Amino acid sequence: MEVKDIIKDENLVYSRPKLLTDKITHYCPGCSHGVVHKLLAEVIEEMGIQEKTIGVSPVGCAVFAYNYIDIDWHEAAHGRAPAVATGISRVNPDKVVFTYQGDGDLASIGTAEIMHAANRGENIVVVFINNAIYGMTGGQMAPTTQMAPTTLLGQVTATTPCGRDLARNGYPLKITELIGQLPGTAYVTRQSVHTPAAVRKCRKALKKSFENAIAKKGTSFVEVVSTCSSGWRLSPVDANKWMEENMFPFYPVGDIKDAEKAGAELFMQQNLKNC
Amino acid sequence: MGELRLMKGNEVIAEAAIRCGCDAYFGYPITPQSEVMETLMAREPWDETGMVVLQAESEVASINMVYGAAGTGKKVMTSSSSPGISLMAEGISYIAGAELPCVIVNVQRGGPGLGTIQPSQADYFQSTKGGGHGDYRLIVLAPASVQEMHDFVGLAFDLAFKYRNPAMILADGAIGQMMEKVELGDFVPRKTSAEIDAVYGSWATTGKKASRAKNVITSLELDSALMEQNNLRFQEKYRKMQQDEVRYEMIQCEDAEYILVAFGSSARICQKSVELARAKGIKVGLFRPITLFPFPTEPIAELAKKVKGFMTVEMNAGQMIEDVRLAVGCAGESKPVLYFGRLGGIIPTPGEVVDALEQKLIGG
Ligand SMILES: Cc1ncc(C[n+]2csc(CCOP(=O)(O)OP(=O)(O)O)c2C)c(N)n1
Ligand SMILES: [Mg+2]
Repeated sequence: MEVKDIIKDENLVYSRPKLLTDKITHYCPGCSHGVVHKLLAEVIEEMGIQEKTIGVSPVGCAVFAYNYIDIDWHEAAHGRAPAVATGISRVNPDKVVFTYQGDGDLASIGTAEIMHAANRGENIVVVFINNAIYGMTGGQMAPTTQMAPTTLLGQVTATTPCGRDLARNGYPLKITELIGQLPGTAYVTRQSVHTPAAVRKCRKALKKSFENAIAKKGTSFVEVVSTCSSGWRLSPVDANKWMEENMFPFYPVGDIKDAEKAGAELFMQQNLKNC
Repeated sequence: MGELRLMKGNEVIAEAAIRCGCDAYFGYPITPQSEVMETLMAREPWDETGMVVLQAESEVASINMVYGAAGTGKKVMTSSSSPGISLMAEGISYIAGAELPCVIVNVQRGGPGLGTIQPSQADYFQSTKGGGHGDYRLIVLAPASVQEMHDFVGLAFDLAFKYRNPAMILADGAIGQMMEKVELGDFVPRKTSAEIDAVYGSWATTGKKASRAKNVITSLELDSALMEQNNLRFQEKYRKMQQDEVRYEMIQCEDAEYILVAFGSSARICQKSVELARAKGIKVGLFRPITLFPFPTEPIAELAKKVKGFMTVEMNAGQMIEDVRLAVGCAGESKPVLYFGRLGGIIPTPGEVVDALEQKLIGG
């Protein structure tokens, strides 16, 4: 049998989503960004919402997300994507707006914007790529930079060359758990994309989030625990292993909240019950 | 004749925004301009015109909400006072770099730092020379009356859309807080989505249609050769503004030997100073720049050929004087250009201005 006998329509089991452009990405081998981009393209395509989806790209490695997915995009300043998305969504309630942000972007410089967008219950989707490092600027400490669970040694980065030190640098920030506390959120989940099964689950989480945005259920927030092989100075395979061993214990994968933003009555009930 | 009302400068900003078909306002409270958002919230324009009004968590957030909404081709604005505008600087630079239209109102207060809540014009440099990072300019309009607070909202939007550039209304606490009679404009309907697609579909993020390539709002260009081209395009735009959009007012300048140059509140004071000085037999006129960028360089250069000297009157330590000196220098004239001003929230009195004119410029 020759190759041409195999490549036939009837043998097709998988194809690239049409919304992924032909542009070759700038991502490093083993980086999670590319996989999540593909999932987003698939979900938007499958839901048929290309014409009404607007993406907000961050400052970080994903700044060029707009080159790879064939929808309208708005490139935000570092950390401000949730405010930009609020602006877009408020004046265009018929559009589906999502932000795509790294951990430095969302959990450090942009903490105020994400907290308040989620607390207002903006009907947007937030995709949060937590790779425990500042990938784009060369691997400095992020608020999510880790403590190894077994040895309790802090993760080595360009600005923590001797390892993250809790006394000096403070604690790794579980921002997704914080977001899950906010009544404005609909769906808050932590996913990963390191195995085919994980990829399928993450895709489901993204789809649910877009459905929530369309149904105006509030903010949906999908953290993807991610690898940064370049920043971590590991091979792609070792990076996956490091993530499983060091990140999952601290950032456990799974749903944190699955509901919809609280109505006034429910909110009052929940908050008054301890009086 | 439009509807007449007695209104505060800040209130009229809100009313004018609703009437000119503004799609959204995003802001954060700060004295002396909080009445802008308060008036908007009380007016509930979302019921009347569909305009969105949102109190943001900070000025950083407000300007970035403006950035997002403006990217979709909508008419959006924010307002703040000096410290808040400083916080917005990064966002304003992004908006200028991404070439989006929007209106920013700065009802200035005295600085630096937390300073004072009293009126000031100390943000002249910040507004006219950039303010944020990078080589960009804002269109800057300086209202001197409550009526102009009204009129400049529509004008600022027109210019912002004409040039796809942020426009600033540079007022101060005095104009924001004072009440005057104002003639309100007619209601202009907000643009529909179809209209926005038709007019701004080539750049706005209105959702990618099968009929067009994706639109991307960004100020990023890593290829320096292309980034230089972008900058040259911006500069060409600013040159065009300089050529076509200069606005100013001249009061009793025809026979004047001396010229007071002042904008905004100081220009109002100087109007009285001109009267007082003329009563004393001093031939003085008032030149009032209305656009601070583009600055009325040529008309001042023309005046420089005829008069004996200039005195700028500013509620700052002498900022606009640099542009007046450049203009006079452009004319090849060496006429004196002096400054008189009060700082830190003090408004000069008309009499003080006349004294300074007599002592510094005429006697000096
Ligand atoms: C105001 C501002 N501060 C700092 C930077 C520099 N900067 C660019 S990307 C980045 C960190 C990005 O890290 P993260 O959000 O985790 O994204 P990643 O690259 O890891 O995907 C920083 C600090 C900037 N562009 N703007
Ligand atoms: Mg990161």
